[in-house]
Amino acid sequence: MRLFFTSILTFILISAIIINNSALANEWSGYLATEGRYFFNAPLHPDQGEQSRSFSGQPEFYQEWPTKSITIAPFFRIDSADSERSHFDLRELFFLWFPGNFELGIGIRKIFWGVTESQHLVDIINQTDLIELPDGEEKLGQPMINFSLLKDWGALDFFLLPYFRERTFPGPKGRLRGPLVVNTDQAQFESSAENTHLDLAIRYSQTFGNWDIGLSHFQGTGREPTLQQGTDSSGNSVLIPFYEQIGQTGLDIQRIIDVWLLKLELIHRFGQGPSFQAWTGGFEYTFTGIFGSMADLGVIGEWLYDTRDEKATTPFEDDTMLGLRLALNDMESTEFLLGLIQDLDHASKMINIEGSRRFGDRWKLALEGSIFTELHPSELIYSQRDDDFLQLTLAYYF
Amino acid sequence: MKHLIFFLLPLFFFHPTLFAQTLEEKGLEIAKETNRRDDGFSDFMATLTMTLKNKHGEASVRVIRNKTLEVPGDGDKVLIIFDNPKVVKGTAFLSFTHKTKKDDQWLFLPALKRVKRISSSNQSGSFMGSEFAYEDISSQEVEKYSYLWLKDETYNGKQCFVVELDPADPKSGYTRQIVWYDQEEYIPLKVDYYDRKNVLLKTLTFEDYQQYLGKHWRPNLMEMINHQTGKSSILEWKDYQFKTGLHDKDFTKNSLKRAR
Repeated sequence: MRLFFTSILTFILISAIIINNSALANEWSGYLATEGRYFFNAPLHPDQGEQSRSFSGQPEFYQEWPTKSITIAPFFRIDSADSERSHFDLRELFFLWFPGNFELGIGIRKIFWGVTESQHLVDIINQTDLIELPDGEEKLGQPMINFSLLKDWGALDFFLLPYFRERTFPGPKGRLRGPLVVNTDQAQFESSAENTHLDLAIRYSQTFGNWDIGLSHFQGTGREPTLQQGTDSSGNSVLIPFYEQIGQTGLDIQRIIDVWLLKLELIHRFGQGPSFQAWTGGFEYTFTGIFGSMADLGVIGEWLYDTRDEKATTPFEDDTMLGLRLALNDMESTEFLLGLIQDLDHASKMINIEGSRRFGDRWKLALEGSIFTELHPSELIYSQRDDDFLQLTLAYYF
Repeated sequence: MKHLIFFLLPLFFFHPTLFAQTLEEKGLEIAKETNRRDDGFSDFMATLTMTLKNKHGEASVRVIRNKTLEVPGDGDKVLIIFDNPKVVKGTAFLSFTHKTKKDDQWLFLPALKRVKRISSSNQSGSFMGSEFAYEDISSQEVEKYSYLWLKDETYNGKQCFVVELDPADPKSGYTRQIVWYDQEEYIPLKVDYYDRKNVLLKTLTFEDYQQYLGKHWRPNLMEMINHQTGKSSILEWKDYQFKTGLHDKDFTKNSLKRAR
């Protein structure tokens, strides 16, 4: 399977380089960014520091013919503090054929499923590049063959996923981790095929008037590992990721009523301990032109629940999220997002802030940060209680 | 009996409710004729440069590409691709406009590869930070307004119908729009927008019209001036191409994901 994929990727690369004549469009774009991250509190664990700087970039090559295209998007980061965070990934490298009522995509791609804002339960195709940002929004490229049937009755997507990507975790010098470092080199798998197990997924999605509905099933290597205590080769205590074979059925629904967006994501997973369900549901409401200005203010409210309760492998077993999204609609496209996640069983709170502003056509300054307050010792992220941080990113787009 | 007919005939000819149009009917006729004359364009593509200016004259430029598909019996389907600023390159917007019910709108966010369905109820919201609201650039369907012909007037040397348009949607940002239609070609030359307090808010002027396929008139330039803030936005249309063979399949959530 690996050989098969290497051949396909080589073919894509060669065609991209050689076949230039008949192309409709062919372009390079992307960004380079420099980032500074600052932690407000002294680290809880030895080896960790209080600040880090890093440099990252994602060039993108795209070439299109009337019904075909090739996309190549490598990503890299060089980090001053955490050697795990210095990493390279092929976010995208794929060939797409779209003759009309079907699409065939072969290669490494990113696929997004879902509707909610606070977390993305249903979204399972791509592994989380957790080392990038603790919110889990960054994803690793996933090798796949994706066939989409596009009909009046909806879109039916089939996925063959021949190679599994392991989740990234902070290293010994990285913040936003527990007292024990996750040793990704010792990752274990339930399947004897390990990371070459052939995972499968299917999804149906359709728009019915004001309803957007998606129903999906995934069968294969769970993207979210169970972390087990163990020792590394030098005898230190570490956490070892264990990737189970799971089945996960997902449903995502969004309904529009006037200015209200009502959202629900629901999953049922088996194979990772006892079967369980988890859901995220809520609303998004946008006020346009607030206080007579051009600015729009969006209010987001979501409830996050996981039937595993305190045994959940995510921090959101019973929480609410309140979000405020402010878009100034000014020349610099200034935007702010404030999110408060409140645990419903304890006082634990997590506050996320995001802001961005453009300078000219090519420069963007972005601010991101998280604040953890009153974390209860039972929380999964209790060991990150002193990891409040702010990061500033300056990116140049070309 | 013969004599009676002679008495009644003049009545038939001059009774206003029978033979003359009301002001509302005349306004509606003008709007219908405007739409009828542009029927059958099938599809078109164009590149737009949008320049936003604040009252100090500082400018910011956006470049977008537009693909429009005519849908018989309903509003147009529109796909918009953002090329500049480079920071938002790859963002794309898909809209199915409708004659009476709310438009369906989706936004593609390239960083997350996420297609997000958005509410079209915020019609009065700014389009890309410009002085154009979504409702200003959305497909102008006859059913979206009620009409009142006000007068005939010369504007820029052209004989015009002046018609008041009252939005049917209570969520519209306007109480009324006053439109100057060229009497010869039935194309809008100028629009005055009155805000919810019935105060003049914006003026849109269409300039440099060109005719395509011997039938369809399109402006090369649209300028929107906000009288209340002193800001303005200029839309320059370039590279118009009609009947390019666009199809329904080019206006789907999947095509939005691979729009470039």
